[in-house]
Amino acid sequence: METTQIEETIKMVEEDNFDIRTVTMGISLLDTVGGSVQETAQNIYKKITTYAKDLVAVAEQIEREYGVPITNKRISVTPISLVAGSANEEEILLLAHALDDAAKTVGVDYVGGYSALVQKGFSHGDLALIKSLPRALTETDLVMSSVNIGSSKAGMNLDAVKLMGETVKKITDLSDTANAKMVIFANAVEDNPFMAGAFHGVTEPDVVINVGVSGPGVVKRALDKVKGQSITTVAETIKKTAFKITRVGQLVGSLAAERLGVEFGIVDLSLAPTPARGDSVAEVLEAIGLEQVGAHGTTAALMLLNDAVKKGGVMAAQGVGGLSGAFIPVSEDAGMIDAVKAGTLSLAKLEAMTSVCSVGLDMIAIPGETPATTISAMIADEAAIGIQNNKTTAVRILPTNGTKVGDMVDYGGLLGTAPVMPVVEKSSAAFINRGGHVPAPIHSFKN
Amino acid sequence: MKAVVTVVGQDKAGIVAGIATELATHGVNILDLSQTIMSSTFTMSMLVGIAGEDSFNEIHAALKEKGTAMGVSVHVQREEIFDAMAHI
Repeated sequence: METTQIEETIKMVEEDNFDIRTVTMGISLLDTVGGSVQETAQNIYKKITTYAKDLVAVAEQIEREYGVPITNKRISVTPISLVAGSANEEEILLLAHALDDAAKTVGVDYVGGYSALVQKGFSHGDLALIKSLPRALTETDLVMSSVNIGSSKAGMNLDAVKLMGETVKKITDLSDTANAKMVIFANAVEDNPFMAGAFHGVTEPDVVINVGVSGPGVVKRALDKVKGQSITTVAETIKKTAFKITRVGQLVGSLAAERLGVEFGIVDLSLAPTPARGDSVAEVLEAIGLEQVGAHGTTAALMLLNDAVKKGGVMAAQGVGGLSGAFIPVSEDAGMIDAVKAGTLSLAKLEAMTSVCSVGLDMIAIPGETPATTISAMIADEAAIGIQNNKTTAVRILPTNGTKVGDMVDYGGLLGTAPVMPVVEKSSAAFINRGGHVPAPIHSFKN
Repeated sequence: MKAVVTVVGQDKAGIVAGIATELATHGVNILDLSQTIMSSTFTMSMLVGIAGEDSFNEIHAALKEKGTAMGVSVHVQREEIFDAMAHI
């Protein structure tokens, strides 16, 4: 073994903030449905605390043995609307509390899957869940939620888009930060280990371990070494770096699955930033050659980054899934925050960037007085990009009461701080209030 | 299991002896060793054999403590992590 390899690995962790962002245990709740909501809640608590009881201890032991931090230990479950049966919006809260209690008992950071999939229409359970969201997200601590409102095959449920805009506003009225725990998706993936959007799809095995790797700092350092060289070299450098990062994810995931006696699912090779300096996707884009993220060329640089990360990672892992690409949350990325403050990065540019990266409008603060229909219209725009282009898009937007453009809002910890960004003030209400269904796009004649 | 012990810090007398003594106390066999000094920074990598998970935790804690006492940074990591990253 060469000492240079040893040094490189240690430097990645010590200096470049490399981490395994999450080891997420996916647990199916399809077999927990009881004759009453109370019984289902008990079964959910029991199943999670049985299967995940050693998750945190096993992950911590792996951290110790291999010297790579595992930042979060998480659980994802079957979308709760599917196991809610005939529960009404009051009763379904019992299931939210069962998830929260179970997560606290086993000591994980979050549990995701308080979710509904409504791209084609609402079931009884879907509506109960969505109506319960303001209370569910403010009465629990660790529960994360997602709602899928569109897909390339089903089109877009505009009634759901309208309802989610209203829900975001209701959540804001109860809490400044709870909207950070909810994602509104188009083309949601079923094996995503990242929050807030993780849930355990119905086609997944009973219990599975999925791993999310991160490491924008490592990519940035590698790019600093090829300054001034051709863009071909940039792509190659990102691919090689992504390969190395993903290999660690593969190792950690297979070890965790083996020690917990469950199946190993996928590695999600995403560049997920944290608010720490040097752990920023914006800084990677700037290392490619932009004076600041948001400058012309940002979309092109991000497309190259996102694609090279996938290409490097695919060969390094036995199974790749989740979102896999680059995340561009504003509040969680020091470089993005700087660019918004400087006026370089606008909401319109962020929207363009989401057409080539792995997610969407993420962790963006907007004024509290923004109308629900405007928020719905932002969701619809983002979903349209995903639906038309066969990719996942997501919206996690944070209106904050009593704030105006330019104010800073602090969300705490990994969620970071965000400058309040301006939205277009002209109304989208007549469009959103039409309701109904946007048909699925035609999948040929692609121009 | 095999593990890699790396020690980095300001060069001074007794670093190798201190770490090696700590390893010997715990019955750990040193399989390979490489050491350099670059502009007064001491760098050492050791490949060692460890009996199992319990003794790994014990040795990990003991070496970290020893490193703090000597004012050097010590890492103990299982060797698979380095293989995974550098080889297909």
